[in-house]
Amino acid sequence: MRRISTAILLALAPSAALAEGTMPQMDFANPLTSYQVLWMAVILVVLYLLLSRWGLPQVGKVLENRSAVIARDLAAARAAKLEADKAVAQLNATITQARGTAQAEVAKAVATAKADATATAAALAAKLDAKLAESEAQIAATKAAALAAIKPVAAEAASSILLKLTGSLPAEDKLATRVNDALAARKAA
Amino acid sequence: MAGPTIDALGQFSLTTGLGPLGRAGHFTNSNETMLASAVIIVGLFALGLRRHALVPGRLQSLVEILYEFVRNMCVDTIGEEGLRFFPLVFTIFSFILLGNLLGLFPYFFAFTSHIAVTLALSLFVFIFSTGVGFYTHGFRFFKFFVPAGVPVWLLPLLVPIEIISYLSRPVSLSVRLFANMTAGHVMWEVFAGFMLLLTASFGIYGAFASVVPLGLNVALAALELLVAGLQAYVFAILTCLYLHDAVHMH
Repeated sequence: MRRISTAILLALAPSAALAEGTMPQMDFANPLTSYQVLWMAVILVVLYLLLSRWGLPQVGKVLENRSAVIARDLAAARAAKLEADKAVAQLNATITQARGTAQAEVAKAVATAKADATATAAALAAKLDAKLAESEAQIAATKAAALAAIKPVAAEAASSILLKLTGSLPAEDKLATRVNDALAARKAA
Repeated sequence: MAGPTIDALGQFSLTTGLGPLGRAGHFTNSNETMLASAVIIVGLFALGLRRHALVPGRLQSLVEILYEFVRNMCVDTIGEEGLRFFPLVFTIFSFILLGNLLGLFPYFFAFTSHIAVTLALSLFVFIFSTGVGFYTHGFRFFKFFVPAGVPVWLLPLLVPIEIISYLSRPVSLSVRLFANMTAGHVMWEVFAGFMLLLTASFGIYGAFASVVPLGLNVALAALELLVAGLQAYVFAILTCLYLHDAVHMH
């Protein structure tokens, strides 16, 4: 029985508690209910004045200062980047210019060397040509001399052969003509 | 019947605080917590802003986050004109937030669970925003109660509805906060009372069974923490909304 009544009490406890007495919040007859509002007004006015005059402007200043510093640093960084970009561009231009100059120089040197080589080769060729012509002339002269020398030897050999074979000497001019003919025929063959 | 009973409402009864001096000035225990809230807020500013550090520390961060949170709430809800009301909204928000949070601790009076307190606050917001409306728009502010783009024959029906809904603002604003805080604290007290009742009735078994209401109270603590923050936010954002209506009339 005791248990059951306790269980019922447990189940009903919240509503029982609320029904037991009136809520202190609704006790407007209590002067303290009004006084707490009065004191709250005093506390809130002081809090408002402290916050609006002293606390909040300070925070605002701190935040403003921070955003100003950040903006300044960003601007400085941006300027530095711009300068760096400019320097890089200048460097690139200088490199390009230097490369162009160097290439021109190289081309000039190559052209000069080529011209020199051509001139040297031409001079050499002329010298060689002259030497060749000289040698050819010498050969031709030597040949002509040899050919001229061979005729009397051949005529003499032919007259001595004929003397041995016939016992008589042939006519000088006839022999010369025949030798000439034979030499010409050999040359043609 | 002997043994413990559950006194869920005793926690809300007002007494005087601050000793004999407080008794003489009718300074209540509720005002003690209000004073503690105000002191904590001001102390937070004083400690957080000792150095105006470029890179804030913990306390300065807390103050700055609170500042920017309320400031953004004002600007987003009211518009740029809302900055004029920013200190007021900040004061109300921080005061209610600290009151709700402090009320969760033992020996601190949850002053936001008093209808007189919340009604005074919301009546101030109501009267102030109405005053702002008339100050900004003069008598044209009455047009606020005439919805635009409605057939004329409907106006006799709609204008009273608008007026009633406008007048019920302080009631809903105050009752919302009061009811939320009261309900939470009553539930806490009731579940805690269950533990005493169970132990008194069933001895050692009852003491073991008390784990259930204890667990409920732990869960309730988390919920109450949420409610404390949420209700302070709701009060502040509704204050901003009413000020928006007063400034923009729509």
